[in-house]
Amino acid sequence: MRALDIVGLATGALTSNLNRTVLIAMATAIGVSSVLMLTSLGEGARRFVIGQFESLGTNLLIVLPGRSETVGGPPPVMGETPRDLTVDDAFALTAHPSIRQIAPVMVGNAPVSTADGLEREVTVLGSTAELASVRRLTIGQGRFLPPMDPSRGAPICVLGYEVRTELFGTATAYGRWVRISDRRFRVIGVLADSGVSVGVDFNDLVIIPVASAQALFDRESLFRVLAEARSPDDLDAANKAIHRIIAARHEGEDDVTVITQDSVVETLGRILDALTYGVAGISAISLAVAGILIMNVMLVSVAQRRTEIGLMKAIGADTATIRRLFLVEAVMLATVGAAAGLILGLAGTALIARLYPAFPVQTPIWAIVVAVMVAVATGLVFGVLPARRAARLDPVEALSQR
Amino acid sequence: MIELRGITRTFVLGDSRVNAVDEVDLHVEPGEYLSIMGPSGSGKSTLLNLIALLDRPTGGEYRFEGRDVIGLGDDELAAIRRASFGFIFQFFHLIPRLSAAQNVELPLILAAIAPTERRRRVSEALAAMDLSDRASHRPAELSGGQRQRVAIARATVTRPALLLADEPTGNLDTASGQQMVELLERLHTEQGVTLLMVTHDPDLGRRARRRIRLIDGRIDSDQCGVSSS
Repeated sequence: MRALDIVGLATGALTSNLNRTVLIAMATAIGVSSVLMLTSLGEGARRFVIGQFESLGTNLLIVLPGRSETVGGPPPVMGETPRDLTVDDAFALTAHPSIRQIAPVMVGNAPVSTADGLEREVTVLGSTAELASVRRLTIGQGRFLPPMDPSRGAPICVLGYEVRTELFGTATAYGRWVRISDRRFRVIGVLADSGVSVGVDFNDLVIIPVASAQALFDRESLFRVLAEARSPDDLDAANKAIHRIIAARHEGEDDVTVITQDSVVETLGRILDALTYGVAGISAISLAVAGILIMNVMLVSVAQRRTEIGLMKAIGADTATIRRLFLVEAVMLATVGAAAGLILGLAGTALIARLYPAFPVQTPIWAIVVAVMVAVATGLVFGVLPARRAARLDPVEALSQR
Repeated sequence: MIELRGITRTFVLGDSRVNAVDEVDLHVEPGEYLSIMGPSGSGKSTLLNLIALLDRPTGGEYRFEGRDVIGLGDDELAAIRRASFGFIFQFFHLIPRLSAAQNVELPLILAAIAPTERRRRVSEALAAMDLSDRASHRPAELSGGQRQRVAIARATVTRPALLLADEPTGNLDTASGQQMVELLERLHTEQGVTLLMVTHDPDLGRRARRRIRLIDGRIDSDQCGVSSS
């Protein structure tokens, strides 16, 4: 029997019971489209998070006080801090040619109030002028901290977008005074709305010179140092240089942890990939259910077409031909469903992309290939039993039915 | 063409064993026209199934066209059926979703014949049965006589050497039955097809040149020549 004739006969059988065919194909279509849409969302989440991190600057190295053996993990929250990381340590790093600039960061919480009596607990970040370019901050109004001696404080501050709105409403904040704890600072600038962001929310903080922060919190030690390498190729050299310089300054003890942007992005990428595979796997369960439905409908079909099978065998169809006929029917059922699911899934993804333009949904090619292949394979696997049952029918018995 | 020797087919029904066909010897030469008659339960359908290679005997020897077919596998038997047999069933057994032409085409599809050749032979077979204008009709849209003619067209489209008919008129009115038998007899006389017909209708059985009567699975009589009655 010719392959084309097998397909022709299977098509005829499928179209003769169109309702049933459409319903079963729909089960597969829902499975395929849910795999596609969920992986698209997972992939979108991955791209979103990684995009956010990469917008922070790919040449970034983060220096944390305390030694952690973890490679590429999250910063050690409870890490030991044997020796403080100081502003002087931070600026010593700029001596190395691979490091373009650094920004010391000091963090604390303090109540911020206005002359009008509005008060709010805000994260206060002590740093230098370089922070703006290292973290790619955009100024909405006024200017950022001016370049100055990091060991000297100044009563000036830059407000995050949200802090400004909450403290001053629609009024201008520029040039006004705010009180942070018991000290007064003049607002010299306001950050532009940073939108959604990962990690530190720059909308919700106040930036003051690092020396002022040290005085405010009565602390020498830095929260971390942000260093920017000259180029991605310099990242390794910069990493080694930081350890060496700090060790030299800390009596031979290399007691800092350096995290590169790369390793953070990589780790997050791995986590989000695992998440995507997870949801893909869960939604693939619906494909297995669709496979069982295909098997069920094929078994019913074999039972209903007993005389037809008996006749085919009587007029000379061998067992392999009958088996192939029913297997092809099952696979075609699955394939039609997979094709419909592909269209449905891509259309759904396009719809999500349209509704949430900020969220970079994208259907990964592997998801399309895997979803369609798994769907067709389910048809094949779940089609075997009905096909074998059809092929094994005894023609005399099958034909004795009327 | 057909050589049966001591063919027996035993069915086991609970504790009892029933010999539906019991030690039957039968030789059929090419070009013969024979009828197998007998009361219901006499084993005539079982014998037909055995001859048609649809069923396997419990014992005995069977040579078809000189070839021992007892030890052959299912697929080899299917190949013989495809190449040499034409079947006409009492209940038509046309596939309801296929048109008349597609039903007739089925044996040619199974024989892997090219589509152009298939179309030619299907239209020939339909024309021979006077069904050309019904080619695209489905079985449900055809009368009983037309359906049985489609079944004959399907049985003869592969030009088999042996036509096996199981109660071919059993489901037809007298006029259609008459027309049916004449068609089969014409195939026998004009094309030399070996025609083997199972029937319980004495009038029909009497038309055959050779008449076999089965009783309780054994050949009771085997008459040749024109019937006296």
